[in-house]
Amino acid sequence: MTEHANLLRAGEPAPDFTLRATPDQMVSLSEFRGRPVIIAFYPADWSPVCGDQMALYNEVLPEFHKLGAELLGISVDGAWCHAAFASARKLHFPLLSDFEPKGAVARAYGAYRPKDGTSERALFVIDGDGVIRWSYCPPVGVNPGADGILEALEAMHGERSEVAR
Amino acid sequence: MSAHKQGTLRSDVSERDHTLGAKNAPVTLVEYGDYECPHCYRAHPIVTAIREQLGVKLRFVFRNFPLTQIHLHAFHAAEAAESVAAHAGEAAFWAMHDTIYEHQQDSDDALDDAHLVRYAAACGADPVQVKQDLVEENFEERVSADFMSGVRSGVNGTPTFFINGERFEGDWTNRQAFTAALEEAAELAHR
Repeated sequence: MTEHANLLRAGEPAPDFTLRATPDQMVSLSEFRGRPVIIAFYPADWSPVCGDQMALYNEVLPEFHKLGAELLGISVDGAWCHAAFASARKLHFPLLSDFEPKGAVARAYGAYRPKDGTSERALFVIDGDGVIRWSYCPPVGVNPGADGILEALEAMHGERSEVAR
Repeated sequence: MSAHKQGTLRSDVSERDHTLGAKNAPVTLVEYGDYECPHCYRAHPIVTAIREQLGVKLRFVFRNFPLTQIHLHAFHAAEAAESVAAHAGEAAFWAMHDTIYEHQQDSDDALDDAHLVRYAAACGADPVQVKQDLVEENFEERVSADFMSGVRSGVNGTPTFFINGERFEGDWTNRQAFTAALEEAAELAHR
């Protein structure tokens, strides 16, 4: 049995969720039907490195948008914590609070670490029909970068262009 | 689905790169770095010491990975270094590279355009030219190309190191472990 045996895989439907994006705004996955969504679970705001995973995705955001995709960051931190973190790092995409019940969405995606009480650094690329097209969970402590996400989005993009032809 | 292992250098070291050391060295260490990043600042003397220690066994390559949303001056610093390289040569580039890191922590404005131009002049470049290159963004494409090659290779923060094309997942702040990983790569290359 692999470490991430429960991680949802390509071909499975992406469980819908509604989470707090700001102290007074909720966001649902189903709102994004029709376009690809990248979900990036990460353990915690304020990790002690600059150029951490969220800062990196913030820089690569224009590339994600070029491919028509929206990015959602999810951790168990509360909405006020997310607000402070997003403001300090000038993040231009929503951070969702998987806060109450804690980690419920991460659990639904097979990306929760009960021992640490946080999510994994798990990545999901979901298509416009709400189906997972790619998922990836690196070993603990390894920040996965953005190369896999871009490849997955481009593969979907390629398929769409073929259908259009 | 991924055709390649993640965290693998996707853009081969070539003539367009800034390199130190012999082309046929058994180990090539590629750093994707940001001139305003405090971790890269810490990494700079470690890399310098390791280069001295490994000598002819090591070739070092620096590529730009400015995180513009958190580091206000990082992109211009990278452009200034590229301008110096283009107009004054590789030796001047490396002098500029060292100078920027050495001054990074001097003050809040240590990497603003006025300082960058001054460093460039001290490294033998024409300050007027460098200033013009910054204003006209003449090296914007070059720096962005470095950045995207890093994204494609799985750069996940700064600094990110690749040892013979593989992302180094160890702790670069531990000089002994970092050196050991490079020595091991050198041995493997000889087999």
